[in-house]
Amino acid sequence: MATQHRFPADHQLSARMTITIFFIGLLYAVFVAGLFAAHISVGIIVIFAGGFLVVQLFYSDRIALFSMGGKLVTEQQAPQLYGVVSRLTSMADMAMPKIAVAETDIPNAFATGRNQKHSVVCVTTGLLRRLTEPELEAVLAHELSHVAHRDVAVMTIASFLGIMAGMLTRVLMWSGMFGGMGGNSRNNQNNSGGNIFAIEMALMAFSALIYAISFVLIRTLSRYRELAADRAGAILIGNPNMLATALQKVSGEMARIPSRDLRAAEHFNAFYFAPALAPGVSLSTLFSTHPSLQKRLDALAKLDAQMRQQIS
Amino acid sequence: MGLFDALLGKSKVAQPDLGHLFALSSAAVSLQATENLISTLRAGVCFKSLDAQSFSAARSEITGLLTLEDGSNAAATADSGVTLRETTDRYNYNWMVLNGTDFDTLVTRTHFVNSTLDDHGFGPLLLCSVFGFRPLDAKKDGAASTYLVYLFKQGTFYPFVPQAGERRNNEIELRIKNELGNELPIEPQLDRWFPMWDLPL
Repeated sequence: MATQHRFPADHQLSARMTITIFFIGLLYAVFVAGLFAAHISVGIIVIFAGGFLVVQLFYSDRIALFSMGGKLVTEQQAPQLYGVVSRLTSMADMAMPKIAVAETDIPNAFATGRNQKHSVVCVTTGLLRRLTEPELEAVLAHELSHVAHRDVAVMTIASFLGIMAGMLTRVLMWSGMFGGMGGNSRNNQNNSGGNIFAIEMALMAFSALIYAISFVLIRTLSRYRELAADRAGAILIGNPNMLATALQKVSGEMARIPSRDLRAAEHFNAFYFAPALAPGVSLSTLFSTHPSLQKRLDALAKLDAQMRQQIS
Repeated sequence: MGLFDALLGKSKVAQPDLGHLFALSSAAVSLQATENLISTLRAGVCFKSLDAQSFSAARSEITGLLTLEDGSNAAATADSGVTLRETTDRYNYNWMVLNGTDFDTLVTRTHFVNSTLDDHGFGPLLLCSVFGFRPLDAKKDGAASTYLVYLFKQGTFYPFVPQAGERRNNEIELRIKNELGNELPIEPQLDRWFPMWDLPL
Protein backbone atom coordinates (compact mmCIF):
# COMPACT_ATOMS: atom_id res chain seq x y z
CA MET A 1 0.00 0.00 0.00
CA ALA A 2 1.40 3.37 -0.92
CA THR A 3 1.80 5.65 2.04
CA GLN A 4 0.24 8.61 0.30
CA HIS A 5 -3.09 6.83 0.29
CA ARG A 6 -3.30 6.36 3.98
CA PHE A 7 -4.84 9.77 4.52
CA PRO A 8 -7.24 10.50 1.70
CA ALA A 9 -7.64 14.16 0.83
CA ASP A 10 -10.86 15.77 1.93
CA HIS A 11 -12.09 16.80 -1.51
CA GLN A 12 -15.32 18.19 -0.19
CA LEU A 13 -13.52 20.57 2.14
CA SER A 14 -11.13 21.59 -0.64
CA ALA A 15 -14.03 22.21 -3.00
CA ARG A 16 -15.86 24.35 -0.46
CA MET A 17 -12.74 26.35 0.23
CA THR A 18 -12.14 26.85 -3.49
CA ILE A 19 -15.68 28.14 -3.96
CA THR A 20 -15.33 30.52 -1.01
CA ILE A 21 -12.01 31.84 -2.29
CA PHE A 22 -13.53 32.23 -5.75
CA PHE A 23 -16.34 34.36 -4.37
CA ILE A 24 -13.92 36.50 -2.40
CA GLY A 25 -11.97 37.04 -5.62
CA LEU A 26 -15.13 37.81 -7.51
CA LEU A 27 -16.14 40.30 -4.86
CA TYR A 28 -12.76 42.02 -5.23
CA ALA A 29 -13.37 42.33 -8.96
CA VAL A 30 -16.90 43.68 -8.47
CA PHE A 31 -15.65 46.19 -5.91
CA VAL A 32 -12.83 47.48 -8.09
CA ALA A 33 -15.11 47.60 -11.12
CA GLY A 34 -17.69 49.52 -9.12
CA LEU A 35 -15.11 52.07 -8.07
CA PHE A 36 -13.92 52.50 -11.65
CA ALA A 37 -17.48 52.90 -12.87
CA ALA A 38 -18.05 55.68 -10.35
CA HIS A 39 -14.84 57.38 -11.54
CA ILE A 40 -13.58 57.44 -7.99
CA SER A 41 -9.88 57.59 -7.44
CA VAL A 42 -9.21 55.25 -4.58
CA GLY A 43 -5.46 55.76 -4.43
CA ILE A 44 -5.45 57.02 -0.88
CA ILE A 45 -7.72 54.25 0.35
CA VAL A 46 -5.61 51.59 -1.32
CA ILE A 47 -2.47 53.08 0.23
CA PHE A 48 -4.05 53.22 3.68
CA ALA A 49 -5.54 49.76 3.51
CA GLY A 50 -2.38 48.38 1.93
CA GLY A 51 -0.28 49.89 4.69
CA PHE A 52 -2.60 48.35 7.22
CA LEU A 53 -2.25 45.00 5.48
CA VAL A 54 1.54 45.12 5.45
CA VAL A 55 1.71 46.13 9.10
CA GLN A 56 -0.70 43.37 10.02
CA LEU A 57 1.22 40.81 8.01
CA PHE A 58 4.69 41.74 9.22
CA TYR A 59 3.87 42.47 12.82
CA SER A 60 1.15 39.86 13.28
CA ASP A 61 3.29 37.84 15.67
CA ARG A 62 4.15 40.82 17.86
CA ILE A 63 0.66 42.33 17.73
CA ALA A 64 -0.93 39.02 18.64
CA LEU A 65 1.45 38.31 21.48
CA PHE A 66 1.13 41.82 22.83
CA SER A 67 -2.65 41.87 22.84
CA MET A 68 -2.87 38.46 24.48
CA GLY A 69 -0.12 39.13 26.99
CA GLY A 70 1.90 36.20 25.65
CA LYS A 71 5.54 36.05 26.69
CA LEU A 72 8.16 34.19 24.68
CA VAL A 73 9.68 31.39 26.70
CA THR A 74 13.10 29.79 26.32
CA GLU A 75 13.84 26.10 26.16
CA GLN A 76 15.06 26.21 29.77
CA GLN A 77 11.79 27.76 30.97
CA ALA A 78 9.51 25.31 29.20
CA PRO A 79 11.51 22.17 28.34
CA GLN A 80 8.43 19.98 28.10
CA LEU A 81 6.66 22.32 25.65
CA TYR A 82 9.84 22.57 23.56
CA GLY A 83 10.20 18.81 23.62
CA VAL A 84 6.71 18.23 22.30
CA VAL A 85 6.88 20.94 19.62
CA SER A 86 10.38 20.05 18.39
CA ARG A 87 9.35 16.44 17.91
CA LEU A 88 6.20 17.46 16.04
CA THR A 89 8.08 19.86 13.77
CA SER A 90 10.70 17.21 13.04
CA MET A 91 8.02 14.72 12.19
CA ALA A 92 6.24 17.20 9.92
CA ASP A 93 9.52 18.58 8.52
CA MET A 94 8.69 22.14 9.53
CA ALA A 95 10.76 24.96 10.99
CA MET A 96 10.71 25.29 14.76
CA PRO A 97 8.39 28.13 15.79
CA LYS A 98 8.97 30.45 18.71
CA ILE A 99 6.98 29.43 21.75
CA ALA A 100 5.07 31.76 24.03
CA VAL A 101 2.95 31.33 27.12
CA ALA A 102 0.14 33.70 28.09
CA GLU A 103 -0.72 34.03 31.75
CA THR A 104 -4.45 33.62 31.56
CA ASP A 105 -6.82 31.03 32.84
CA ILE A 106 -8.78 30.78 29.58
CA PRO A 107 -7.69 27.49 28.06
CA ASN A 108 -6.61 28.37 24.56
CA ALA A 109 -3.81 28.37 22.04
CA PHE A 110 -3.05 30.30 18.88
CA ALA A 111 -0.49 30.42 16.13
CA THR A 112 0.59 33.58 14.38
CA GLY A 113 3.29 34.94 12.09
CA ARG A 114 3.33 35.43 8.34
CA ASN A 115 5.41 32.34 7.53
CA GLN A 116 7.02 29.33 9.14
CA LYS A 117 10.22 31.18 10.00
CA HIS A 118 8.43 33.97 11.83
CA SER A 119 5.77 31.90 13.47
CA VAL A 120 4.90 31.90 17.13
CA VAL A 121 2.80 29.29 18.86
CA CYS A 122 1.24 30.56 22.07
CA VAL A 123 -0.54 28.55 24.72
CA THR A 124 -2.23 29.85 27.83
CA THR A 125 -1.42 28.66 31.31
CA GLY A 126 -5.09 27.70 31.57
CA LEU A 127 -4.59 25.26 28.71
CA LEU A 128 -1.42 23.80 30.23
CA ARG A 129 -3.23 23.23 33.50
CA ARG A 130 -6.28 21.55 32.03
CA LEU A 131 -4.99 19.24 29.31
CA THR A 132 -3.06 16.02 29.64
CA GLU A 133 0.15 15.76 27.67
CA PRO A 134 -1.25 13.84 24.66
CA GLU A 135 -4.14 16.33 24.48
CA LEU A 136 -1.75 19.26 24.62
CA GLU A 137 0.25 17.67 21.83
CA ALA A 138 -2.93 17.39 19.75
CA VAL A 139 -3.68 21.09 20.24
CA LEU A 140 -0.09 22.01 19.32
CA ALA A 141 -0.35 19.84 16.19
CA HIS A 142 -3.50 21.79 15.24
CA GLU A 143 -1.67 25.09 15.72
CA LEU A 144 1.36 23.91 13.75
CA SER A 145 -1.00 23.00 10.92
CA HIS A 146 -2.24 26.61 10.91
CA VAL A 147 1.40 27.62 10.49
CA ALA A 148 1.96 25.05 7.73
CA HIS A 149 -1.17 26.26 5.91
CA ARG A 150 0.01 29.88 6.19
CA ASP A 151 -3.35 30.77 7.66
CA VAL A 152 -2.28 34.14 9.02
CA ALA A 153 -1.11 35.31 5.59
CA VAL A 154 -4.12 33.87 3.76
CA MET A 155 -6.67 35.26 6.20
CA THR A 156 -4.97 38.67 6.36
CA ILE A 157 -4.94 38.99 2.58
CA ALA A 158 -8.51 37.72 2.37
CA SER A 159 -9.55 40.32 4.95
CA PHE A 160 -7.93 43.08 2.88
CA LEU A 161 -11.08 43.51 0.80
CA GLY A 162 -13.20 43.88 3.90
CA ILE A 163 -10.80 46.44 5.36
CA MET A 164 -10.79 48.41 2.12
CA ALA A 165 -14.55 48.37 1.70
CA GLY A 166 -15.08 49.23 5.34
CA MET A 167 -12.67 52.14 5.09
CA LEU A 168 -14.32 53.49 1.95
CA THR A 169 -17.72 53.29 3.62
CA ARG A 170 -16.48 55.38 6.51
CA VAL A 171 -14.64 57.90 4.33
CA LEU A 172 -17.73 58.38 2.19
CA MET A 173 -19.91 58.71 5.25
CA TRP A 174 -17.74 61.55 6.58
CA SER A 175 -17.37 63.26 3.23
CA GLY A 176 -21.10 62.76 2.72
CA MET A 177 -21.84 64.57 5.97
CA PHE A 178 -19.35 67.43 5.51
CA GLY A 179 -19.09 67.51 1.73
CA GLY A 180 -22.89 67.24 1.55
CA MET A 181 -23.37 70.37 3.59
CA GLY A 182 -20.75 72.19 1.51
CA GLY A 183 -22.53 70.99 -1.60
CA ASN A 184 -25.77 72.67 -0.50
CA SER A 185 -24.20 76.12 -0.59
CA ARG A 186 -22.69 75.45 -3.99
CA ASN A 187 -26.05 74.27 -5.21
CA ASN A 188 -27.01 77.85 -5.94
CA GLN A 189 -24.51 77.94 -8.79
CA ASN A 190 -25.36 74.58 -10.36
CA ASN A 191 -26.96 71.33 -9.31
CA SER A 192 -23.92 69.07 -9.85
CA GLY A 193 -23.34 69.09 -6.10
CA GLY A 194 -26.54 67.16 -5.60
CA ASN A 195 -25.44 64.70 -8.23
CA ILE A 196 -22.13 64.09 -6.51
CA PHE A 197 -23.95 63.64 -3.25
CA ALA A 198 -26.23 61.02 -4.76
CA ILE A 199 -23.28 59.17 -6.30
CA GLU A 200 -21.48 59.24 -2.98
CA MET A 201 -24.49 57.83 -1.19
CA ALA A 202 -24.88 55.08 -3.76
CA LEU A 203 -21.20 54.27 -3.54
CA MET A 204 -21.41 54.17 0.24
CA ALA A 205 -24.26 51.69 0.07
CA PHE A 206 -22.30 49.70 -2.50
CA SER A 207 -19.17 49.45 -0.38
CA ALA A 208 -21.19 48.71 2.73
CA LEU A 209 -22.80 45.84 0.85
CA ILE A 210 -19.40 44.60 -0.32
CA TYR A 211 -18.17 44.83 3.27
CA ALA A 212 -21.11 42.77 4.54
CA ILE A 213 -20.67 40.06 1.93
CA SER A 214 -16.92 39.87 2.42
CA PHE A 215 -17.47 39.59 6.16
CA VAL A 216 -19.60 36.48 5.70
CA LEU A 217 -17.23 35.00 3.12
CA ILE A 218 -14.16 35.54 5.27
CA ARG A 219 -15.84 33.97 8.26
CA THR A 220 -16.80 31.02 6.08
CA LEU A 221 -13.22 30.67 4.89
CA SER A 222 -12.00 30.87 8.48
CA ARG A 223 -14.27 28.01 9.52
CA TYR A 224 -13.08 25.83 6.63
CA ARG A 225 -9.49 26.54 7.56
CA GLU A 226 -10.16 25.49 11.14
CA LEU A 227 -11.49 22.19 9.86
CA ALA A 228 -8.44 21.82 7.61
CA ALA A 229 -6.12 22.48 10.56
CA ASP A 230 -8.05 19.98 12.71
CA ARG A 231 -7.61 17.42 10.01
CA ALA A 232 -3.92 18.01 9.35
CA GLY A 233 -3.18 18.14 13.09
CA ALA A 234 -4.98 14.86 13.72
CA ILE A 235 -3.10 13.24 10.86
CA LEU A 236 0.21 14.53 12.19
CA ILE A 237 -0.26 12.87 15.57
CA GLY A 238 -1.98 9.89 13.97
CA ASN A 239 -4.90 10.10 16.35
CA PRO A 240 -8.04 12.16 15.63
CA ASN A 241 -9.63 11.06 18.90
CA MET A 242 -7.01 12.83 20.98
CA LEU A 243 -7.77 16.16 19.31
CA ALA A 244 -11.48 15.52 19.78
CA THR A 245 -10.95 14.94 23.50
CA ALA A 246 -8.91 18.12 23.82
CA LEU A 247 -11.57 20.10 21.95
CA GLN A 248 -14.31 18.83 24.19
CA LYS A 249 -12.32 19.60 27.29
CA VAL A 250 -11.46 23.13 26.22
CA SER A 251 -14.94 23.99 24.99
CA GLY A 252 -16.67 22.35 27.92
CA GLU A 253 -14.54 24.16 30.45
CA MET A 254 -14.84 27.47 28.73
CA ALA A 255 -18.54 27.69 29.29
CA ARG A 256 -17.84 28.07 33.00
CA ILE A 257 -15.47 31.02 32.74
CA PRO A 258 -16.89 34.41 33.76
CA SER A 259 -17.95 36.40 30.73
CA ARG A 260 -15.98 39.58 31.39
CA ASP A 261 -12.62 37.93 30.93
CA LEU A 262 -13.89 36.18 27.88
CA ARG A 263 -15.09 39.33 26.18
CA ALA A 264 -11.71 40.91 26.65
CA ALA A 265 -10.27 38.17 24.47
CA GLU A 266 -12.99 38.15 21.86
CA HIS A 267 -11.55 40.32 19.12
CA PHE A 268 -8.83 37.77 18.81
CA ASN A 269 -10.89 34.82 17.78
CA ALA A 270 -9.65 34.34 14.23
CA PHE A 271 -6.35 32.79 15.20
CA TYR A 272 -7.56 30.85 18.18
CA PHE A 273 -7.88 27.16 18.73
CA ALA A 274 -11.37 27.45 20.19
CA PRO A 275 -13.16 30.79 20.15
CA ALA A 276 -13.50 32.64 23.41
CA LEU A 277 -17.16 33.40 23.22
CA ALA A 278 -18.96 34.55 26.30
CA PRO A 279 -21.49 32.01 27.52
CA GLY A 280 -24.99 32.71 26.35
CA VAL A 281 -23.84 34.66 23.33
CA SER A 282 -25.41 32.93 20.38
CA LEU A 283 -23.93 34.26 17.20
CA SER A 284 -25.49 32.82 14.12
CA THR A 285 -23.21 30.22 12.57
CA LEU A 286 -22.89 32.50 9.57
CA PHE A 287 -20.77 34.96 11.52
CA SER A 288 -18.60 32.74 13.67
CA THR A 289 -14.90 32.24 12.97
CA HIS A 290 -14.88 28.66 14.20
CA PRO A 291 -17.12 25.75 13.24
CA SER A 292 -19.35 24.43 15.97
CA LEU A 293 -17.83 21.90 18.33
CA GLN A 294 -20.18 19.25 17.01
CA LYS A 295 -19.08 19.86 13.42
CA ARG A 296 -15.43 19.59 14.38
CA LEU A 297 -16.01 16.41 16.36
CA ASP A 298 -18.00 14.88 13.51
CA ALA A 299 -15.23 15.68 11.03
CA LEU A 300 -12.62 14.13 13.32
CA ALA A 301 -14.74 11.01 13.86
CA LYS A 302 -15.08 10.66 10.09
CA LEU A 303 -11.32 10.96 9.65
CA ASP A 304 -10.77 8.36 12.36
CA ALA A 305 -13.05 5.93 10.57
CA GLN A 306 -11.25 6.59 7.26
CA MET A 307 -7.87 5.95 8.83
CA ARG A 308 -9.04 2.69 10.34
CA GLN A 309 -10.49 1.56 7.05
CA GLN A 310 -7.21 2.29 5.28
CA ILE A 311 -5.25 0.19 7.72
CA SER A 312 -7.46 -2.86 7.91
CA MET B 1 4.32 23.92 -0.28
CA GLY B 2 2.67 25.32 -3.38
CA LEU B 3 0.45 28.35 -3.59
CA PHE B 4 -2.66 26.28 -4.19
CA ASP B 5 -2.00 24.02 -1.25
CA ALA B 6 -1.61 27.11 0.92
CA LEU B 7 -4.82 28.61 -0.41
CA LEU B 8 -6.71 25.39 0.21
CA GLY B 9 -5.21 24.78 3.63
CA LYS B 10 -3.66 21.50 2.59
CA SER B 11 -0.33 20.37 3.95
CA LYS B 12 1.51 17.51 2.35
CA VAL B 13 2.29 14.80 4.85
CA ALA B 14 6.06 14.57 5.22
CA GLN B 15 7.34 11.22 4.02
CA PRO B 16 10.39 9.56 5.57
CA ASP B 17 13.73 9.30 3.81
CA LEU B 18 15.34 5.98 4.65
CA GLY B 19 18.07 6.22 2.04
CA HIS B 20 20.87 7.48 4.20
CA LEU B 21 20.73 4.81 6.90
CA PHE B 22 23.28 2.62 5.15
CA ALA B 23 25.82 5.44 5.17
CA LEU B 24 26.19 4.62 8.86
CA SER B 25 28.42 1.63 8.19
CA SER B 26 31.40 3.67 7.06
CA ALA B 27 30.64 6.36 9.65
CA ALA B 28 30.91 3.75 12.40
CA VAL B 29 34.43 2.91 11.22
CA SER B 30 35.48 6.57 11.38
CA LEU B 31 33.84 6.96 14.75
CA GLN B 32 36.01 4.17 16.09
CA ALA B 33 39.14 5.65 14.52
CA THR B 34 38.63 9.19 15.73
CA GLU B 35 36.63 8.93 18.95
CA ASN B 36 37.44 5.35 19.96
CA LEU B 37 33.72 4.58 20.02
CA ILE B 38 32.11 1.32 18.94
CA SER B 39 28.47 0.41 18.50
CA THR B 40 26.58 -1.05 21.43
CA LEU B 41 24.83 -3.10 18.73
CA ARG B 42 21.53 -1.72 19.85
CA ALA B 43 19.29 0.70 18.01
CA GLY B 44 15.89 2.19 18.62
CA VAL B 45 13.18 3.17 16.17
CA CYS B 46 10.99 5.98 17.43
CA PHE B 47 7.53 6.72 16.04
CA LYS B 48 4.27 8.25 17.15
CA SER B 49 2.12 6.00 19.29
CA LEU B 50 -0.46 4.03 17.42
CA ASP B 51 -3.35 2.17 18.84
CA ALA B 52 -2.61 -1.52 19.16
CA GLN B 53 -5.24 -2.59 16.66
CA SER B 54 -3.93 -0.72 13.65
CA PHE B 55 -0.36 -1.53 14.51
CA SER B 56 -0.68 -5.29 14.91
CA ALA B 57 -0.30 -6.15 11.21
CA ALA B 58 2.95 -4.21 10.89
CA ARG B 59 4.27 -5.64 14.13
CA SER B 60 3.60 -9.26 13.23
CA GLU B 61 5.38 -8.78 9.91
CA ILE B 62 8.38 -7.29 11.69
CA THR B 63 8.64 -9.92 14.40
CA GLY B 64 7.90 -12.69 11.90
CA LEU B 65 10.69 -11.74 9.53
CA LEU B 66 13.20 -10.90 12.23
CA THR B 67 12.78 -14.27 13.93
CA LEU B 68 12.87 -16.04 10.57
CA GLU B 69 16.18 -14.40 9.83
CA ASP B 70 17.28 -15.27 13.32
CA GLY B 71 16.45 -18.93 12.81
CA SER B 72 18.42 -19.16 9.58
CA ASN B 73 21.70 -17.94 10.99
CA ALA B 74 21.35 -19.11 14.56
CA ALA B 75 23.87 -21.84 13.86
CA ALA B 76 26.51 -19.38 12.69
CA THR B 77 26.92 -17.49 15.93
CA ALA B 78 25.93 -18.37 19.41
CA ASP B 79 24.59 -14.99 20.51
CA SER B 80 22.64 -13.97 17.42
CA GLY B 81 19.27 -14.01 19.13
CA VAL B 82 17.14 -11.10 18.02
CA THR B 83 15.48 -9.25 20.82
CA LEU B 84 12.78 -6.81 19.98
CA ARG B 85 11.65 -4.68 22.86
CA GLU B 86 8.79 -2.19 22.75
CA THR B 87 8.41 0.72 25.11
CA THR B 88 6.65 4.06 25.25
CA ASP B 89 8.56 7.15 26.32
CA ARG B 90 7.40 10.16 28.31
CA TYR B 91 6.45 12.07 25.17
CA ASN B 92 4.13 9.24 24.18
CA TYR B 93 6.27 7.99 21.35
CA ASN B 94 6.69 4.28 20.72
CA TRP B 95 10.11 2.68 20.60
CA MET B 96 11.14 -0.57 19.00
CA VAL B 97 14.54 -1.44 20.37
CA LEU B 98 16.47 -4.10 18.49
CA ASN B 99 19.94 -5.57 18.46
CA GLY B 100 22.33 -7.06 15.94
CA THR B 101 25.30 -9.36 15.92
CA ASP B 102 27.37 -6.78 14.11
CA PHE B 103 26.83 -3.22 13.10
CA ASP B 104 25.88 -3.93 9.49
CA THR B 105 23.22 -6.40 10.61
CA LEU B 106 21.90 -3.85 13.06
CA VAL B 107 21.63 -1.19 10.35
CA THR B 108 19.94 -3.64 8.00
CA ARG B 109 17.44 -4.67 10.65
CA THR B 110 16.72 -1.08 11.58
CA HIS B 111 16.14 -0.27 7.95
CA PHE B 112 13.85 -3.26 7.69
CA VAL B 113 11.75 -2.19 10.69
CA ASN B 114 11.46 1.34 9.30
CA SER B 115 10.59 0.31 5.79
CA THR B 116 8.00 -2.16 7.07
CA LEU B 117 6.34 0.56 9.13
CA ASP B 118 6.48 2.81 6.07
CA ASP B 119 4.95 0.12 3.85
CA HIS B 120 2.08 -0.20 6.28
CA GLY B 121 1.37 3.50 5.95
CA PHE B 122 3.01 4.71 9.13
CA GLY B 123 5.77 6.63 7.33
CA PRO B 124 4.40 10.05 8.32
CA LEU B 125 4.49 9.00 11.97
CA LEU B 126 8.17 8.00 12.02
CA LEU B 127 10.30 10.41 14.06
CA CYS B 128 13.84 9.06 14.26
CA SER B 129 16.13 6.08 14.70
CA VAL B 130 18.85 6.13 17.33
CA PHE B 131 22.10 4.14 17.36
CA GLY B 132 24.11 3.73 20.54
CA PHE B 133 27.92 3.89 20.77
CA ARG B 134 30.21 3.20 23.71
CA PRO B 135 33.92 3.68 24.35
CA LEU B 136 35.98 0.79 23.01
CA ASP B 137 37.55 0.04 26.39
CA ALA B 138 34.30 0.11 28.39
CA LYS B 139 32.86 -3.19 29.52
CA LYS B 140 30.92 -5.08 26.89
CA ASP B 141 27.36 -4.57 28.05
CA GLY B 142 28.01 -1.05 29.28
CA ALA B 143 25.56 1.72 28.49
CA ALA B 144 26.06 3.87 25.44
CA SER B 145 27.81 7.17 25.93
CA THR B 146 27.15 8.63 22.51
CA TYR B 147 24.21 8.35 20.16
CA LEU B 148 23.69 9.02 16.51
CA VAL B 149 20.14 10.11 15.79
CA TYR B 150 18.70 9.80 12.30
CA LEU B 151 15.84 12.17 11.55
CA PHE B 152 13.59 10.51 8.99
CA LYS B 153 11.85 13.54 7.57
CA GLN B 154 15.00 15.57 7.14
CA GLY B 155 17.14 12.58 6.12
CA THR B 156 19.93 13.82 8.37
CA PHE B 157 21.92 12.64 11.37
CA TYR B 158 23.07 14.39 14.51
CA PRO B 159 25.16 13.26 17.46
CA PHE B 160 23.78 13.28 20.98
CA VAL B 161 26.06 12.99 24.00
CA PRO B 162 23.98 13.04 27.19
CA GLN B 163 25.50 13.65 30.57
CA ALA B 164 24.22 13.37 34.10
CA GLY B 165 21.45 15.77 35.11
CA GLU B 166 19.94 16.19 31.63
CA ARG B 167 22.95 18.02 30.28
CA ARG B 168 24.68 17.29 27.05
CA ASN B 169 28.26 17.64 25.94
CA ASN B 170 27.94 20.04 23.01
CA GLU B 171 31.70 20.13 22.55
CA ILE B 172 31.93 16.43 21.71
CA GLU B 173 28.76 16.66 19.62
CA LEU B 174 30.22 19.43 17.47
CA ARG B 175 33.50 17.56 17.19
CA ILE B 176 31.68 14.45 15.95
CA LYS B 177 29.80 16.65 13.51
CA ASN B 178 33.09 17.77 12.00
CA GLU B 179 34.56 14.29 11.99
CA LEU B 180 31.58 12.63 10.31
CA GLY B 181 30.61 15.55 8.09
CA ASN B 182 32.08 13.90 5.00
CA GLU B 183 30.43 10.57 5.51
CA LEU B 184 27.00 11.37 6.88
CA PRO B 185 24.52 14.09 6.03
CA ILE B 186 24.64 15.96 9.35
CA GLU B 187 21.60 18.07 10.21
CA PRO B 188 22.74 21.64 9.42
CA GLN B 189 20.15 23.34 11.64
CA LEU B 190 21.47 23.00 15.15
CA ASP B 191 18.07 23.75 16.66
CA ARG B 192 16.90 20.43 15.29
CA TRP B 193 19.42 18.55 17.44
CA PHE B 194 16.85 18.01 20.13
CA PRO B 195 17.94 16.10 23.21
CA MET B 196 16.47 12.68 23.90
CA TRP B 197 16.73 11.95 27.58
CA ASP B 198 16.11 8.50 29.03
CA LEU B 199 16.70 6.68 25.77
CA PRO B 200 15.43 3.11 26.09
CA LEU B 201 18.48 1.49 24.46
